[in-house]
Amino acid sequence: MVQIEDLGRIIDEHPFFQGIDGKLRGLLVGCAANERVDAGQYLFRQGGHADKFYLIRAGSISLEIHAPGRTIMVDTLTEGEVVGWSWLVEPYRWTFDARAQELTRLVSFDAKCLRGKMEADAELGYEVLRRFVPVMGHRLAATRLQLVDLYGPAE
Amino acid sequence: MTALPAEPMLPSPFRIVKVVRELADTFTLVLQPEAGGAFAFRSGQFNMLYAFGAGEVPISISGDPADDGQLVHTIRSVGPVTQALGALKVGDVVGVRGPFGTPWPVEEAFGDDLVIIAGGVGLAPLRPAIYQALANRQKFGKLIIMYGARTPQDILFRKELEKWRSRFDVNVHVTVDRATGQWAGRVGVVTNVVARAGFDPLHTTALVCGPEVMMRYAVDMVEKRGVPTDKVHVSMERNMKCGLGLCGHCQWGPHFVCRDGPVFRFSEIAELFPVREL
Amino acid sequence: MVPGIGTKVVFERNELDRLITALRERQYRVVGPTVGEGAILYEEMTSSADLPAGWTDSSQPATYRLNRARNGRVFGYTLAAQSWKRHLYPPRQRLFRAERAGRGFRLSGGGGDEAPMAFIGVRACEMAAMQVHDRVFTQDGFTEPGYVRRRQAAFVVAVECAHAGATCFCASTGTGPAVGPGYDILLNEILDAGRHVFVATAGSEKGGEILAGLSCRAPAAAELSAAAAQPASAAAEQQRRMSADAAGVLSRSAESPHWDNVAGRCLTCGNCTMVCPTCFCTSVEDVTDLSGDIAERWRNWDSCFTIDYSYIHGGSVRQSGASRYRQWITHKLASWQQQFGTSGCVGCGRCITWCPVGIDITAEVRALEDREQGR
Repeated sequence: MVQIEDLGRIIDEHPFFQGIDGKLRGLLVGCAANERVDAGQYLFRQGGHADKFYLIRAGSISLEIHAPGRTIMVDTLTEGEVVGWSWLVEPYRWTFDARAQELTRLVSFDAKCLRGKMEADAELGYEVLRRFVPVMGHRLAATRLQLVDLYGPAE
Repeated sequence: MTALPAEPMLPSPFRIVKVVRELADTFTLVLQPEAGGAFAFRSGQFNMLYAFGAGEVPISISGDPADDGQLVHTIRSVGPVTQALGALKVGDVVGVRGPFGTPWPVEEAFGDDLVIIAGGVGLAPLRPAIYQALANRQKFGKLIIMYGARTPQDILFRKELEKWRSRFDVNVHVTVDRATGQWAGRVGVVTNVVARAGFDPLHTTALVCGPEVMMRYAVDMVEKRGVPTDKVHVSMERNMKCGLGLCGHCQWGPHFVCRDGPVFRFSEIAELFPVREL
Repeated sequence: MVPGIGTKVVFERNELDRLITALRERQYRVVGPTVGEGAILYEEMTSSADLPAGWTDSSQPATYRLNRARNGRVFGYTLAAQSWKRHLYPPRQRLFRAERAGRGFRLSGGGGDEAPMAFIGVRACEMAAMQVHDRVFTQDGFTEPGYVRRRQAAFVVAVECAHAGATCFCASTGTGPAVGPGYDILLNEILDAGRHVFVATAGSEKGGEILAGLSCRAPAAAELSAAAAQPASAAAEQQRRMSADAAGVLSRSAESPHWDNVAGRCLTCGNCTMVCPTCFCTSVEDVTDLSGDIAERWRNWDSCFTIDYSYIHGGSVRQSGASRYRQWITHKLASWQQQFGTSGCVGCGRCITWCPVGIDITAEVRALEDREQGR
């Protein structure tokens, strides 16, 4: 049980779930696990089953698209950020590759487990989505800025 | 009226003593006055550089304000005059008028965390402020440099950024818009870094320089973090032809960017910033 | 005896020749109203025969006509097409000449040995415009040497308006029709019942000295009252007026939908900026000879209505005509106050007359004001 208490504290301290109600946190802990991924290792690959999402405790993860002959990095996520929302959207498949740039420690949440609890407990469902939506909005805005090619040559 | 003045539109000759190829389209000229003597300036100021027969362009000074023995300009080749400047070699002469414009208020930030946010070649006008901050390191809280570039190949002053990052008392965050797998750093816009960087918003001074769109979003994020806008400073770019508030081209609302800027306190221009085509 | 400053004397119309001669003898290049290109132009003159005696002008939005007058009034027109700006801050000025020397070049300055100028026929609004330029070209930290040199050397013979043109509105901008201080000689032309004289006021010692060389007499009371009545009647004739709150209206109107309305009419030709006596924007031009060994840098009048005016790397800031008209009028009437402590508009009405589509600066301010007040 020590491990579960630890996970509860980690979830509490991570910016993503900061301030969450104790009862809901308890539900989250039931689906959570500690993970580590070594530098260069993949957390997941494009097209794979999105059966988890992650909170980064330390380290950094790059989101990549693999093309024949090269890999294009599209975003980097670091300590305090959340990785992955494909688990929320059918057919639950990863959109990008996620690779550790260094030794990275994370908390993972089992998607099937959490989706089930969210279906059963609308309060938990709302709380999780309420925290995901601003992150999605921010990343969409940031991606659009990248599209602008701010520093590129003038037309 | 006052006594007859000297010719403010007449450049002084400076000889090129060093040329550094920084990036594919960006180079640095190190200059010394033909007439000898020093060139004093403040961080954030700019000069009008004249290439013989080609014309004159406003270029910010990218050297160390504590070193007035040489004048350093980092230039991106984007037009005929900057291309003419790029074709010059050590020993050639350029015309210089200046320094012009308002400085980065580095001293004003003493006691605060100093957050420097640069995009693209916008790191060049901020480098003098970084030198000044490093020379007065103990007078600040945190010193954070956040820099966004297009790709890893477009990172300006890369060696210096690496040197600064290796210090224990400076935080350097570099992010690029796109990269391939060889890049071990961050990908994403510089606003992402601003969103997460550790500084105390209520005791922070932010200096921001980059393309206007980047500055708009960066300032937005700094504001969201809770930094008061009278402690946020931006460096504006407009068409400057004289440096004296005389030719009219650089007007931005009531301001002559060459004289009242280029560095503006954000709270004083917050209303102009979002007006399109001003 | 030399008339002291403020002293009024009277001389006959035929003494104008002697006035011009006296100025020329003192090495002034005399510039005054002449008839040419179907308009009144301020050009160099050698005798009073060059003056537009018997001519009058008629100004309407987008219309300017030179007409024969029924009398022989010398200053019977209102304004020349272009202002004295052409002479004090010429449309094309050489800034320097550079000659290749080894790996470098040698620079020589723009000029400065021009003869001093005497201006004959400066109107109240035009004198106000010169005083606006005095502030523009003499700022903290620097002065524009060419302008200051020419302005300090210039001799000003002002002429007070007896009538207003249809596009005049100086009474509402506080810049006329009465001529304020700053002249060397002020003239009021009196033409009635066979009498054609000038009431002259000495405005400086130089002015007094010139008047001392003319055949003058003391003015009669009727002549003094006729002269004094002229600016009042010229003010009463004015049909247009600038809103007293123009600066306020414009500073609040950056996002007004009215700009698109103006843009629908404005051709962005820049005529208004060329004829405006206070518009001072310039650009620079670099030229080299065929050998490439000699380069010159020239300063040319420019206009905020051109697309290149606001060019920065990546494109011009002001792409739309709406934004360029907004820039011009907002600068003229509002920003100018913050920049130079005075309005940039002196109410001469040239921008209305010479606008090919007759855009009226006073009407545009009124339209913005109406929109603001929901009218």
